[in-house]
Formats: sequence, C-alpha cells, structure tokens
Amino acid sequence: MLFFNWFLKRMMVMPGYIANYGYTDGSGDYYIVVDTDKCDGCGKCVEVCPQDILEVITDDYDDLVIVVKEEHRKNLKYVCAPCKPVSGTRDLKCQISCPNEAITHSW
Amino acid sequence: MTTEYFRWTEYNWKDPDIDWHKADTLVAGIDVGSVSSQAVVLADDKIYCYCNTRTGSNSPDSARNALNMALSGTDIKQDDIQFIVGTGYGRVNIPMAKKAITEIACHARGANYMGGPTIKTILDMGGQDLKGIHCDERGKVTQFLMNDKCAAGTGRGMEVMAELLQIPIIEVGEMSLAVDEEPPPVSSTCVIFAKSEAIGLLRSGWTKNMVLAAYCSAMAHRVVGLLERIGIEKDFTITGGISKNIGVTSRILKELGGIESIPLKPDAQIAGGLGAGLFARDLLIKSRK
Amino acid sequence: MSIAGIDMGAQSVKVVIVEDGKIKGRGIVPTGFEPLESAQKALDKAIKEAGITREDVKQIIATGAGRKSVSFADRSITEVTADAKGVTSLHPSVRTIVDIGAEEARGISCDAQGRVLDFAKNDKCAAGAGAFVESMARALEIKVPEMIQLSLKSTQDAPINATCAVFAESEVVSLIHSKIEKADIAHAVHDAIASRVSSMVRRIPIENDVALIGGVANNVAIVDVMKKHLGTELVIPDKPEFVSALGAALSAAA
Repeated sequence: MLFFNWFLKRMMVMPGYIANYGYTDGSGDYYIVVDTDKCDGCGKCVEVCPQDILEVITDDYDDLVIVVKEEHRKNLKYVCAPCKPVSGTRDLKCQISCPNEAITHSW
Repeated sequence: MTTEYFRWTEYNWKDPDIDWHKADTLVAGIDVGSVSSQAVVLADDKIYCYCNTRTGSNSPDSARNALNMALSGTDIKQDDIQFIVGTGYGRVNIPMAKKAITEIACHARGANYMGGPTIKTILDMGGQDLKGIHCDERGKVTQFLMNDKCAAGTGRGMEVMAELLQIPIIEVGEMSLAVDEEPPPVSSTCVIFAKSEAIGLLRSGWTKNMVLAAYCSAMAHRVVGLLERIGIEKDFTITGGISKNIGVTSRILKELGGIESIPLKPDAQIAGGLGAGLFARDLLIKSRK
Repeated sequence: MSIAGIDMGAQSVKVVIVEDGKIKGRGIVPTGFEPLESAQKALDKAIKEAGITREDVKQIIATGAGRKSVSFADRSITEVTADAKGVTSLHPSVRTIVDIGAEEARGISCDAQGRVLDFAKNDKCAAGAGAFVESMARALEIKVPEMIQLSLKSTQDAPINATCAVFAESEVVSLIHSKIEKADIAHAVHDAIASRVSSMVRRIPIENDVALIGGVANNVAIVDVMKKHLGTELVIPDKPEFVSALGAALSAAA
C-alpha cells in the first residue's frame, strides 16, 4: 500500500481533493473552495488578501496547499465582507490572483 | 441528584481472540472530540481494543483518559504502543501522540476500513460539527466540507432538545419515530430558535414525541443541505455519535430518496480514532525502512 | 386622525400611535406563542396611553418579521423602510442606521428624506443578536440587567466561542472552572455581538450621523462596544425599540 503511494507520487500527480472552508448558519452558506489538484501552494493569494485570511500549509498528504486560517474560518461572511460590498462590483482578489483558478467562493 | 439527559454510557471493548504479543506492529489512534473521545489500538491491521468516553475539560486529560479506558482489561502498557497518532476537534493537544493528523483524513480512512472500498460519501455528525467527506477506494479524501460554526445539526443541538424535553438522549431516536403522522419540521437554522418553537408547540398541545419528530426532521433537513453542497455518491455511510440516533438517520435517508447507508462495524463512532491508528501503522512501517 | 404602526418582532410586539406626526401612545407586549393576540394587546395598550378609542385609529401599518400575519393591518412595509423613516423623523441628520433586535440585526444607509439607499442584514443566527445576550445570561445564572452591569466592570478578554450561542453556553461551565470572571465572560459576549454587527454594517457605506436602534440599543454595554468597533459616536433615539413601529405609522402619511 505504501509502495503504491510512493509509486503514484513519483510517476504521476497525486490526485488532490476539494476543500470547502467556511460554514453554514441561518443566514446562508459561506465557503471558500480550494481545489488542491490545481493549487500548487504558490501563495499569491495569501499576499493579495487584504484581510490576511489565507496561509500555505503542508497537508496530511504532504502537499503544499492553501487553507483558510483557523481563526477566520467561522467568520468568513464578515471577514470577506470588504471584498463583497452589498452594492458595487466584486473584486475577489484571491480568486483573480490564482494562476490556476484553484479558488472559488460559494457566495 | 439531577438527571443529566445528555448522558450516554461510556464503554470499551477488546477482541478476545487476538494475542497482541504476536503482532508485528502495535499502534494507537486517539480522537479527542468536542463532546466524546475514542482511543483505538491496532495489533497489525486488526482492531485490538477501543473505547468511547466523554471528553473532559482539557484535551491532554481526555486523551489520557481515553487511552487508559481502551487499555483497561488488557495487559498492554502505554509504552508497549509503538506509535500514536492524535486527531480531533481543532487538532487538539494530545501529548502522547507522535503526530497529529486532521480529523477529516482520519475519518475517511476509518470509514473506508470499516465499510470497505466502495464507500464514497461519509457523513459525520459530531458533537459540535457536521462533516461531509468524499473519499476514494483507499480512503483518501477527495472532497470535504465541515460546518462547526453552528449547533444546528450537531450533537450539542440534540442535547439541548433532550434537556428541554427531559428525555435521555439515547431514547430520542425511538421516541421520535413513535408518531402517527410525521409533523412539519421546526426551524432548521438555529437551535435557539428551534428551542423557542418547541416550547410553543408543547404549549399548543403537541406531544413530546411529535416535538422530537419535528426536531429530528429539521436536523435531517439541515444535514442533507450540507451534503448536497458536495454531492452524494454511493456508497454512503454515517459516522459520529448521532449515527446512533435512528430518528435522525432514518429521516436523512428518506430525504435522500431512499439511499442506503452502509452500517459500520464494530462501531461507527470510532472512525476518527481508527483512521488515526491506521495512519500510525503506516508511519511506523515507513520509519522502519 | 390617529395612525398605528405595529412592529411584529421575534420577541416582542411594539405599537406606536401617531397623530399629525406626533407620538401619542406606545404599547409593548411579548410576542409569545399567539402573536396576533399579542399584537391586539399591544395596540390596546397604545390606544389607552394615547387616550383615544379603537375607532379613532384610522389606519394600521405593520412591519417586522411577523408583519404578514397581522390580519387586521391595512398594509405592511419592510423593517428597513420603517427603520429609515422612523429614525430620520426623530433625528434628520442620521445617514446610517444600525438596528439590533432579538433575532436579527440590520445596517441601513439612507438619505436626508429617510429613503433607503442600501442595506445589509444578519438573520437567523442568535449569535449576532439579542438572543445571544439572553442565552448567556441564563448560562451564567444571572439576569440580563446584571450581566450588562458586570460587563462594564470587565478587566480582561475571555476566550469564548463567539460563533454560536449554544456552543458558548456549553463553554461557560469550563470557563468558570478555569477561574474566568463572569464580568469578563459578559464583556466577551457583548464584544462578539458588536464585532459581528459592525462587520455586517461595514458592507454598506457608513456616513455620519450613525444611529443605533432596536431593543438591544437599551443595553449600555452594547452601545459601548459598538462605538469602539465602528469608531464613531452613536445617536440613540429615545425608546429605541419603538422606532421601527414609529416609522411604520409615519409611512401612512400620504
């Protein structure tokens, strides 16, 4: 089983996973979705986020990926609010900065 | 002494046929959750013993307590265990663990071990969170979503209702099914609002069974909403404490259109600890090379 | 000619009776489990205070979460419209309104005529509204007024779960166990609510003067932390819980 994993890592890209960071409460669903197949941990999104909510970590499968920081995960609706005014254009800096389109928002 | 309606019996189990002294690897996984903790010990790739206990006020104590309980009735000492992996709510602090792995990865691994390689979708209903996990045939996570912001749909939410209605939590499921007709659900968006609704319903003549049915229905609805966000692929299974509440699980399966849920043996509540133990075994073997 | 505005809130029904744009009477009754009955009682109270009879009330306008259920109202308007109308009638300089109720909080941007330009809201989550204060008061085994006073005496931050009132409630026991003062817990709760509400309000343009209304505006601890979080002074109308009902009554003047 372990050899199989090693083999896969060597011979081809290990399939990633789709991570939904955020929450649902009475007022809606608020998730930042990271496709780790596309995320290579470059960190551009981390730099451009005005609220500093993202960070690069090494996950359980030893890949560099971005995650939403623990202290902001349950407050996404509020902490992402500056980039999402009620009226006006939305400029999701994190989404735009990603060269591989790995990030989407559910709201 | 006041009755604590949220109490369920803590327990441990040991396999009577395995002689751990003959095992090549002896490892453990400890899962300290927000409400309950489990420790699972594996001799080679078989479950040797495990326990399910209530989490205390701090995680190192809870971890120690869980491990001791799992080992009680065996002749294993903590030092005999060659590798321990910790997991749980927010990674917690498990001092005897050599490595910490996320509860998501551990749950997928544990469910895959117990339910088999066809398991694709796992719903975990924990004490203070809800998780939807997709995995592949090896138990590796392919998608996940966790909601731990809100009590609606969690064990704590169920405890609130059990306390309000003064019913032991282990009886909630059966009671909720003992109704002539399925009543409309209460608010599924907030436990506090659902609680006020429940009080009103009781006053207007609803029986406790009906209120429980409405509440389980609301919980099922909320959970299905979360699952639909990531999609449901067969085979489907449920883990966590509420997997033992038939009032909620039966309604979930109904709302999902009659899909079946693969039962997990020996215990759906140990998926996290078991997965952690399996990771411990992998890491031990890797370190020996 | 008297006009009644009824605000069917989640926790209480508020009624304001106006005549020629002036407040003549008010009535407030807990919504309870028979909202229509409570609305009637609140209306009767306001009528009594105004010293008039039911027949003198020529129009009834409803607002609030339960406005559609007021069968005896002539029409209904949204809470946002009612808030804007009510506040600007009392304080014409206000351009931003924060309304914190038992179960919902709103942020409204309006113009000098009381017309709504923009709004944001948090609803259906007890952690961002008055319900959080009450559930924590229960957990701390004190009454809300005492909790408010204690909160003002707090000396340091307390680590509470600010995202769910139920989770926070279950943490109280272990917090007290770790010798955290009730005053600090009380303050942390108020701070958590203010933080959520302020973040919500920041989704709309914030322009002075900023008003705070709703039942929770009576909570001096909330007012205190809201000022800190928003970084502005706050205008608090007299009897802030009635402002929405007032706005509903005034909207009939056409």
